[in-house]
Amino acid sequence: MSYASLIAAEAAETVDFAVLPSLVLAPLLTMAALLLLPPSREDYLKLTALVGSVITGAISLYVLYAFDMGEPGFQFVTQREWYSTLGLSLFLAIDGISLFLVVLTGVLFPVAILTTEPHHDPKPYYVWMMLLMAGSMGAFMALDLLLFFMFFEVVLVPMYFLIGGWGHGDRVYSAMKFFLYTMAASALMLVGITSLVILAAPDIGFATFDVTVLADNHELGRTASILVFLSFALAFAVKVPLFPVHTWLPDAHTEAPTAGSVILAGVMLKLGTYGLLRFGVYLFPTVVRDLAPLFLTLGVVGIVYGAAVATMQSDLKRLVAYSSVAHMGFIVLGIFALNNQGLSGSIIQMVNHGISTGALFILVGWIYERRHTRQIAELGGLQKSAPIMAGVFTLVMLSSVGLPGLNGFVGEFLILVGAFSSARWWAVIGVSGVILAALYLLWAYQRTFHGPAEGDNATMGDLRRSELLGIMPLLFLIVFLGVYPKPVLDRIEPSVDALIAHVESRVDDFDEDEPEPVTRAGTEGLIQAAEEAHEGEE
Amino acid sequence: MLDLAWLIPAFPLLGFVLLILFGRRLGEPAAGWLATLAAAGSFVFTVIAFIGLLGEGTEERFHIIKLFTWLDVGSFQADAGLLIDPLSITMCLFITGVGSLIHLYSVGYMHGDPNFSKFFIYLNLFIFSMLLLVLGDNLLLTFLGWEGVGACSYLLISFWFSDESNASAGKKAFVTNRVGDFGFMLATFLVFVNLGSINYDDIVTRSGEMSANTATLVVMLFLLAAAGKSAQLPLFVWLPDAMAGPTPVSALIHAATMVTSGVFLLTRLNPLLAEAETWSTGLVAWLGAGTALFAATAAVAQNDIKRVLAYSTVSQLGYLFLAVGVGAYVAAIFHMVTHAFFKALLFLGSGSVIHGLHDEQDMRRMGGLQKLMPVTAFTFIIGWLAIAGVPPFAGFWSKDEILLYAWNYDEAQGKILWAIGLVTALLTAFYMTRQVILTFFGRTRFFDATAAEIDQGWENRVAAARAEADQAREAEQAAEAAMGKASADIAKKQEAVVKAEEKLGASDPADDKHDRLVKAMQKAEAAVVKAEEKASSLVAGVDTAVQQAKEAAGRVLALENQAQSAPRPAVVVTARTEAVELGEIADHMPASYVHRQEYHPHESPPTMTVPLLVLAALATVGGGLNLPFTKDLHFLEHWLEPSLFGHEAEVTSSAGTKWLLAVIAVTVALLAILSAFAVYLRGRRDPATIERPVLANAWYVDQSYADFFGGPGRVFFDMLAWFDRNVIDGAVRAVAQGSTWLGQGMRAMQPGFVRSYALSIGLGSVLVVVWFLGRLFV
Repeated sequence: MSYASLIAAEAAETVDFAVLPSLVLAPLLTMAALLLLPPSREDYLKLTALVGSVITGAISLYVLYAFDMGEPGFQFVTQREWYSTLGLSLFLAIDGISLFLVVLTGVLFPVAILTTEPHHDPKPYYVWMMLLMAGSMGAFMALDLLLFFMFFEVVLVPMYFLIGGWGHGDRVYSAMKFFLYTMAASALMLVGITSLVILAAPDIGFATFDVTVLADNHELGRTASILVFLSFALAFAVKVPLFPVHTWLPDAHTEAPTAGSVILAGVMLKLGTYGLLRFGVYLFPTVVRDLAPLFLTLGVVGIVYGAAVATMQSDLKRLVAYSSVAHMGFIVLGIFALNNQGLSGSIIQMVNHGISTGALFILVGWIYERRHTRQIAELGGLQKSAPIMAGVFTLVMLSSVGLPGLNGFVGEFLILVGAFSSARWWAVIGVSGVILAALYLLWAYQRTFHGPAEGDNATMGDLRRSELLGIMPLLFLIVFLGVYPKPVLDRIEPSVDALIAHVESRVDDFDEDEPEPVTRAGTEGLIQAAEEAHEGEE
Repeated sequence: MLDLAWLIPAFPLLGFVLLILFGRRLGEPAAGWLATLAAAGSFVFTVIAFIGLLGEGTEERFHIIKLFTWLDVGSFQADAGLLIDPLSITMCLFITGVGSLIHLYSVGYMHGDPNFSKFFIYLNLFIFSMLLLVLGDNLLLTFLGWEGVGACSYLLISFWFSDESNASAGKKAFVTNRVGDFGFMLATFLVFVNLGSINYDDIVTRSGEMSANTATLVVMLFLLAAAGKSAQLPLFVWLPDAMAGPTPVSALIHAATMVTSGVFLLTRLNPLLAEAETWSTGLVAWLGAGTALFAATAAVAQNDIKRVLAYSTVSQLGYLFLAVGVGAYVAAIFHMVTHAFFKALLFLGSGSVIHGLHDEQDMRRMGGLQKLMPVTAFTFIIGWLAIAGVPPFAGFWSKDEILLYAWNYDEAQGKILWAIGLVTALLTAFYMTRQVILTFFGRTRFFDATAAEIDQGWENRVAAARAEADQAREAEQAAEAAMGKASADIAKKQEAVVKAEEKLGASDPADDKHDRLVKAMQKAEAAVVKAEEKASSLVAGVDTAVQQAKEAAGRVLALENQAQSAPRPAVVVTARTEAVELGEIADHMPASYVHRQEYHPHESPPTMTVPLLVLAALATVGGGLNLPFTKDLHFLEHWLEPSLFGHEAEVTSSAGTKWLLAVIAVTVALLAILSAFAVYLRGRRDPATIERPVLANAWYVDQSYADFFGGPGRVFFDMLAWFDRNVIDGAVRAVAQGSTWLGQGMRAMQPGFVRSYALSIGLGSVLVVVWFLGRLFV
């Protein structure tokens, strides 16, 4: 271990008692401060929210700095008694899997607050934003099932009010749909959580909601495992969202205010994929292995279907929303590939999707603010009137398309490498999504930015300096993570290795499905299958 | 010296970054010079690396310079590392060499463009990506360059984005290439799964560990990728459209460098190709030969100067695939290099023409330019001789090499491939001669009126005649009105005479008044005479006016008929085609025509002609790279040996056969040139019999794709979107509706009346009791 990381580890030990809780507390305190401010002082309100989110973001960056790269297990562990008789504890910790989601949350919130404005009632708006930030942070760090569930549900409330209160168009319908859909899906998870705790208690000797204990000890019957897992998986699948439970997403995204869309896509969807990893793969390795084909299929369907439906959208924001369905499909594909590249790829893809899609939503929001329309047919030739915005949009678009050298590629590629090793045919279909991504985004770009500019399109204002500065962190990350993802991957990998080791230890016959060591049999089987399929056609 | 190799890609990268930061401030032309310097710097360090390699033994010329670890997850590792060997340095030499010249040319060509500095940002980024593509030491880094050049191509094709068709062309290029990338990614995965590595080092040394089946599959997938990037059947459709970009882009990206990446990739992977089943490399050869012939037929019937060159490029790339397929890697690289020289030259020459003719790209509107643009014409003619295969120009040597290897390939197959190559050579000489004649020889047709202008001229002429006719009719009406007035006057005067007569009759002749009445009577009679005289003097005028009006109306009709049948400019043009006689409409031509008469087609500035001259020199002597006469003159073959691992095919033909093949090739080229002269210069045959619509539309391949994706493809996507809205989301809404109804139903059950609750409790109790009893007794 190098000297620097020793210092970092030492630093982590001395301060960790407060670091993770402060990530939840800082936004909550900011919220309290906001409540005390008079609603008329808009500037102070925004400043307070910004400072609060920046402080939280800074703490998350400190966590990144102090994070011990070589340690696969949980770090910054904070465990306090809560209802010990019920087996509940305030248990927060992070590892390589959650680290970058925490940092992503810490970065996206300040950017979203900086780059967008509420159109009315800033006070409740920022209050909800801060509650949302606290809840998101908590959900990524909680290792107590009930605590996680609480955070997981808490974030619905502010998002519901943000969409319903500050959204566009049919916002009340969308907000209600979002709330009821996700709430209904997670209701079963509560049943699942309690069942798991009760069923596992005899083995463990006491009732506990502690994920680490449950993961190491519980041995449920096969049927019970499957049922409990499915109760979890349904909640997460809706959140991701997986085909076919995705239709709340386009409505919610389209009607949400820009900041809401950014956080929804960037942070909240990740609760679904993160949940699948932490509370799916980690707690139910056998079931996950057995049901992988189902989820691989849904993921791949999401990739192709989401892209195809995105192509035909006439509303720019809705198009970006459907692109999320496709991108999240990749992440699910990576998770259920259940190998090193697939898992690492899906984790880094969660971060990259947050950055790229967040940036896309910000850009679409800016267009809407200027042109008061998101209808692609009413836009056109914007590159003439707003060349800088067009340049930024191009970069973000290429990142979303998965151009090598930009962030989007790294995750997508690793996911596909991983999936190709363990779930070959799903990967083959997944790769075709790469073609479609280019199709829908470039076509949308062409119709929006290229061509002759007429009417209001010809006079639209370009990006202001402050806007450019606001989105700059995301642009920097898009390039940096594409060129040099190593620092991120180095921190993710030990935890992924540990997770895979955990899975392997629980699944007896798992080795057969592992791609390594390299064998020829796989490829020859593939060719044989291809030949058979060919003959079948003839 | 090789330690500095990282500077090769670093220079254009630095140029790119500097231009992003300061490009706008530098403006024109400083931004262009900076970019040119960056490319030239890269060239200098390539030459240094080249010299460094030359100083080493053949075995040692294979270096890997690791820069940093890019991706390292589990067993998957990809470095950012450079592979310096004769193949990559050869590619770098012409990428940076031709690239620098095209940068220089662009300084002149892009003069006055509002996005001048942005153009050079993209150009430097392109050079950087292209260098990564060829220098990368693993498949993933090559893929990074591969996609990077694709993105630059997209950005540069749609550079003039206000035109919808340019924007579409850019998108089409990117999306079509993505189809190929699908193959690249899958092939990379397969290589990784089978070898546990994607480094070229491992691939070239350990490809034998793959089974023949796997290697074949990998080669087929890479062939798909290569067919996309190098515009081969069936993915060629993007390249002709890519001509929408500025001409330097066409020269650099869509002729000299990027489109050869597919051939480079297959050459780089030659040990893999050696492991694959022979039918797969045969397929490469057949695909190449087929594309070469196909595109050459299309090139014959194009009228856009750049589209001819575009189809020609597709065709020449087909030769390269043919060469790779028959194992003639050296010939492939040889022709790739000479093609880079002469095709870049031809494209830049066409750009110079377009520049000098005010953005005119239609060859039917050129002609006779050798007098107006002597340098462009001279260099273009050298390019023509080079591509047509006339010795001693560069193209002859390299094309002959490919044909020779094709002849040597696998008995009958080889002979057919050779024949296809020969027919392609014939067509190439023919369409290039046609292009040179139409552009540089014969009469200058630039000033001729276009069909649209002539239509406009006739419209103007007829409108003028109509105005005249209207005027004549007005004159006629006025004359008739005057006539009518005069007649009325006569009648009035005659009435006065009648009245005077009556008075006279009634009066007493002896009266004093009588005399006065007689006089009045005479006066009235005189007035009548006078009015009659006046009226008769008008008659002639009226007649003339009527006549004139009739004539004018007749003229309008006549002109309208004439406009219908008047000659229009020929659709198919030779050097002999005469201009349309304007005659009647000479003074009625639209402004575009009138303005053009004042325009002077001119030679381009030195920034543009100097690159032309350098490339012309290279296209003349480029054949010297690999002369066939003795083994010692096979410079390129010796040089590339370390990169080919002994997989280069052997030529077994005797010297006599080689000579015979060369003579046949030259004869065929000369015959084609002569027949093109006969058709297009002497007018011995109607060119319309050659330039068929099916050729002009490239056998309708592109059209059928467009019809399919715009028709059934679009309908399918629309159906999916409909399905999502109505079925998937419809189900969700149905659940919501269902729960609303359920809730309303439940509300009815709880009306708030105690008696109904009591009834429910009673019924429930009875049910429970019955259930218990049932369990007891059954």
